[in-house]
Amino acid sequence: MRISTIEQLDEQRRRFAALEQEIPWQVKVCSGSGCIAAGAAAVHDAFVKEMAAAGISASTSFEQCGGGTSLVAKTGCQGLCQAGPLVTVQPGGIVYTRVRTKDVPLIVTETLQKGVVLESLLYRNPNTGEPCRTREDIPFYVHQKFVALEGCGIVAADSLGHYLARGGFRALVHALAMDPIAIIDEVEKSGLRGKGGGGFPTGRKWRTCVNADGDERFIVCNGDEGDPGAFMDCALMEGDPFRIIEGMMIGGRAIGAKRGFIYVRHEYPRAVQRLQSAIDQCVDAGLLGTDILCSGFDFQLRIVRGGGAFVCGESSALMRSIEGFPGEPRSKYIRSTEKGLFNQPTVLNNVETFASIPAVIRDGAYAFASVGTGRSKGTKAFCLAGRVNHTGLVEVPMGMTLREVIFGIGGGVPNGRRFKAVQTGGPSGGCLGEAHLDLRVDFDELSAAGSMMGSGGMIVMDDYSCMVDVSRYFLKFLMGESCGKCVPCREGLFQLFEIVDGIARGNGTRKDLERIEKLGHAIALSSLCGLGKSGPNPVLSAIANFREEFEAHIVGRKCPAGVCRELTTFQIDPHRCTGCMKCRRVCPVNAISGEKKKPHHIDTALCTRCGACRLECDDEAIAVV
Amino acid sequence: MKITIDGKKVEAKRWDTVLTAARRAGIAIPSLCQLDSLENVGACRLCMVEVNHPHWRGAKLVTACEYPVESGLEVITTSEEVLRLRRANLDLLLARAPESRRLQQMSAEMGLEQSGYVRPDKGTACILCMLCTRVCEKLGCNAIAPAGRGLDKRIDTPFGGYPDTCIGCGACAAICPVDCIEMTDTAKTRTIWGRTFEFVKCAECGTPVITVEYRDYAIAHRSLPADYYNECSDCKRRKLAVKFAKVGG
Repeated sequence: MRISTIEQLDEQRRRFAALEQEIPWQVKVCSGSGCIAAGAAAVHDAFVKEMAAAGISASTSFEQCGGGTSLVAKTGCQGLCQAGPLVTVQPGGIVYTRVRTKDVPLIVTETLQKGVVLESLLYRNPNTGEPCRTREDIPFYVHQKFVALEGCGIVAADSLGHYLARGGFRALVHALAMDPIAIIDEVEKSGLRGKGGGGFPTGRKWRTCVNADGDERFIVCNGDEGDPGAFMDCALMEGDPFRIIEGMMIGGRAIGAKRGFIYVRHEYPRAVQRLQSAIDQCVDAGLLGTDILCSGFDFQLRIVRGGGAFVCGESSALMRSIEGFPGEPRSKYIRSTEKGLFNQPTVLNNVETFASIPAVIRDGAYAFASVGTGRSKGTKAFCLAGRVNHTGLVEVPMGMTLREVIFGIGGGVPNGRRFKAVQTGGPSGGCLGEAHLDLRVDFDELSAAGSMMGSGGMIVMDDYSCMVDVSRYFLKFLMGESCGKCVPCREGLFQLFEIVDGIARGNGTRKDLERIEKLGHAIALSSLCGLGKSGPNPVLSAIANFREEFEAHIVGRKCPAGVCRELTTFQIDPHRCTGCMKCRRVCPVNAISGEKKKPHHIDTALCTRCGACRLECDDEAIAVV
Repeated sequence: MKITIDGKKVEAKRWDTVLTAARRAGIAIPSLCQLDSLENVGACRLCMVEVNHPHWRGAKLVTACEYPVESGLEVITTSEEVLRLRRANLDLLLARAPESRRLQQMSAEMGLEQSGYVRPDKGTACILCMLCTRVCEKLGCNAIAPAGRGLDKRIDTPFGGYPDTCIGCGACAAICPVDCIEMTDTAKTRTIWGRTFEFVKCAECGTPVITVEYRDYAIAHRSLPADYYNECSDCKRRKLAVKFAKVGG
């Protein structure tokens, strides 16, 4: 397939759209990281095998379908990772959850051959117990709004044809007909802000780059997602790689860049492979290269793999890394839009930002800006993780409250436990408590509360999480990932860790909290790059919102959540214990004794405070004293 | 162009940094990682100052060694906040290298008696100012470089092994502000970075001049006559004096 003109592109789109209509069954197996881990690859292969055995003609390639041949596609993340592997069957949009290879023959014979929906594999509404057939019925999806993730989990991730059939590259055609400055105007009007963490207005960034002097301009996509618990960019690169390419091409056209780089961390091999396959298909079709669609626009794309340093997600360190130097940030007194990659004006945006660009150009700035709050427009993708019923990938309109995200979409905290805190923004963000649940998803509102939007990690914690321990975890992470270039980040985070570690071990003093705050502010003000500046956020916000818990560790020498081992003693409440023996069986050091149906007892001398018994107990008989 | 530093009107040149402009005007700003002939990195954060401009919405805290001047810039080098941050960072450095005379002296000047932090048990007294690696790079040798990250970051030879491209010039040891690069000179040899170099002896008096590798490197890269390093600088000077005396006499 060679697409040299806009007419040819339209023709191909019509051809593939017609082809999609002809496909009898589309079996879409979610191949996001979560579902792959749950066995989606085997489920996909089982479908191919079983359909062949049942005499249903099927292909794994969209382009070879049609004319009676069904499609068994691998898509990107379909969102509800908790219930993976997910399989969506079209037509009908039936969503099957927790599909194992043993379920596949039944789906083939019942659903594909007889058109019967298998209730046992459907998602059940936890409140009503009603089975939900399609996405539109599942509460997890109902409150979401898909813009960047529009195609993720819907399109076959490896097929240019399917992307075209779904309206792909329409925005590029629009953009090629526009004056480059008009593209920037449109992006600026849309109010789109960088979704990698900082929230810098994308249009303004592009404009500064255009106005800067340089021999060449570059466009760079930041796919070095490193926040613990975050996988939005991974899902997008794996699930809708053509959309990112289209977004970058529009950006390249707007700023006059002929070369673009996608920086992907090396730990995302599937993202690298799918992006590379997408780039190759675009090059073969003539959608990347010289004189694209006879418009005179030349554009090349290259993937650069990162070596696994968290700091390389920082723009200046990322550019150093692309240039072949160690990834260390530099002071940005001169912005990278003026002197960036190879000392030339460079635009660097996050994966999700580029994935939003086609929507802005295709639907127009006003449509995009119709969603959101005053200064935060559009949507934001989050990864719901931690102690929440529905973990997974979500995209919500800006302005939705954290409560709606966690309890509405996420379905609340499991096992009847109490919500304690939500960590947004990853290691640069902060921990917000119950009092902040009505905050809206908005760049400025979250920052004002001491957290940040960040790239979109959202870790929910229940009352079995200790905020001292959480602070210690994030400090340890940051300490190990600090590039070590500047003093406050390298030495300061280590000293912060030492103080917090001391508190968690029961060696804290009353002065410690003040010392943490003083040192934290010094680090925040004097570090070289954004990662150092935001490094103390998790511990500072935890102290601000959960001060009494820190004080309990220092003054009472107790960890109320029962996490910090040195400060925890577990005891069985004899009135609650039913003597079910569950805890006895799960204890790794045999510290629990007791006969069946009689109250058990924990030998505190043997107990290692791992907390396994507490998680196992159904009667809440194990207490922290 | 005109800028103001601590209320004093100062003439600055285009491409000046705040630090150069301040030093030219006789205003001292402490710094550990800056040297005029090397690229600035902003690692030690001791030269932080407050900058403001009539056109801006508010003041910023920046490193003086990197911040480029612009007309009308107002710099404050001793605000309460600047001094607090400077002390905080010096405190962190002092915990790392309490024996350093330079750090002790700076601490005394800032009224800091001893560090309030524990000494990290990882790594040496090296404060990673990168002066040594930058000077080595500038000389064209690149024998040492930073390796690792975070607390594990250290200055090392390639893969911690034998430094192939080291010429034993000793510039790294000489420039180190905390004297933590080990260099041992004997009458015949110099040992540094785990490698031992032979000295070139002065043809006149026999004192060590420079290492053989350094001589060969300098002759090859600095277009000097091949016999330039045969004598020590003292003997060269003495011979020249004799020559002058003859011409004059």
